Amino acid sequence: MITKRIVPCLDVKNGRVVKGTNFLGLADVDSPVKLAKYYSDIGADELVFYDITASAEGRALFTDILREVASNVFIPLTVGGGINTLDDFARVLSCGADKVSVNSGAIKNPDLVRDAARLYGDQCVVLSADIKRVNGEFRVFAKGGREDTGMEAISWIKRCVEMGAGEVVVNSIDTDGVKKGFDLEMLRAVKDAVKVPIVASGGAGGMQDFVRLWKEIPEISAGLAASIFHFGEVAIPDLKKTLKENGINVRL
Amino acid sequence: MTVIIDYGVGNLFSLLCSFKKIGADVTVSSDPEVIKSAKRIILPGVGAFEDAAKKLFSSGLAEILMERAAAGVPIMGICLGMQLLFEKSFEYGEHKGLGLLEGEILPFKEAISKDLEIPQIGWNSLKIKDKNCPLFKYIKDGDYVYFVHSYYAPNNLPSSAATSDYDIVFTAAVAQNNIYGCQFHPEKSGDVGLDILRGFCELGEA
Repeated sequence: MITKRIVPCLDVKNGRVVKGTNFLGLADVDSPVKLAKYYSDIGADELVFYDITASAEGRALFTDILREVASNVFIPLTVGGGINTLDDFARVLSCGADKVSVNSGAIKNPDLVRDAARLYGDQCVVLSADIKRVNGEFRVFAKGGREDTGMEAISWIKRCVEMGAGEVVVNSIDTDGVKKGFDLEMLRAVKDAVKVPIVASGGAGGMQDFVRLWKEIPEISAGLAASIFHFGEVAIPDLKKTLKENGINVRL
Repeated sequence: MTVIIDYGVGNLFSLLCSFKKIGADVTVSSDPEVIKSAKRIILPGVGAFEDAAKKLFSSGLAEILMERAAAGVPIMGICLGMQLLFEKSFEYGEHKGLGLLEGEILPFKEAISKDLEIPQIGWNSLKIKDKNCPLFKYIKDGDYVYFVHSYYAPNNLPSSAATSDYDIVFTAAVAQNNIYGCQFHPEKSGDVGLDILRGFCELGEA
């Protein structure tokens, strides 16, 4: 049986891992290479690296780090942040990324999803969507959750999956950093709309939030979180044990 | 030396790193002379069967692989590389593979429940059929490995050495004489994956 995936997300800026609450108030955690190795050793199923650097120097530093991570950590690596062109795909894939996550880059140029899927396969292209409720509808936000695109989220996700996105990360801005659980209503809406693996993101505050996620929506493939893992509020081995005890299949 | 064949399909950085990690003497090459001198050969592959098969046959590498296989050199296909070892695949039509192993590659779409996602992406457990297979020397039944695929080799093939379950039971690894293969990605399967590569790298050593 295939297992549910637990995925720590590492936001990297200037060579360090950071995580904000509601996308603000960044705080330093640790070295990305050290943290990646640590997570792989304790049973993380996959890692997401998000490059939140804007400068060219920062980008070069990021790919150096990615290469070092891929040389030492042998679990799947997804890379996102600043992916706007096929050259960006090539840049991170050649440094050891397995999947590439697109967000603002796809909003600016939706053909990026189709072109990348054709070149590298659907399994390589992850659509990451930052979603927030506006006037009673799910709305897609760009630029790290700062800009309302005016686009309805479910139709946007459907369109990207039709173009070849092989996985969707649903990041609820409404629940991100609040630590009161995943956005089950939003996740259910996405699950009903598309047939590719869905990664739940935003809102996990404790182990019970993961249990509830999979009890309520067993179709979700993975749960992603950052600060609760980085600050040791949830230990991945304990989390997996708890999930197993609750009848949720995980890799132990 | 173990040679990873570079025929323009997929990115080989992680695969190379994983062999280096276990201390293997390894190189990536498309040079026929280097491949002919290899003690062990890795056939990688990501993407579509037709395109990959075309590249193997048109470059002449298919011929070299078949000649080396006949000479008894251990060969391991990984992911699409494993599928290419078989006679044919029904991925978007019907395409000829290397034919080193008997059997055909089929689509999950026509075989599994509509509720399951395709591709299968994630960690799934192995059921080892052939306990003496060198690939499994350092791992145990039930260990987890990482899969990404939409097509599969059926369970009932003579070469099937381990299976996994994604609504149906399918072949997760093959071993027959000197021909080996993994449908999953050992280079992305943590310590279990590295242990499988370690087992393969002991082949052909005195």
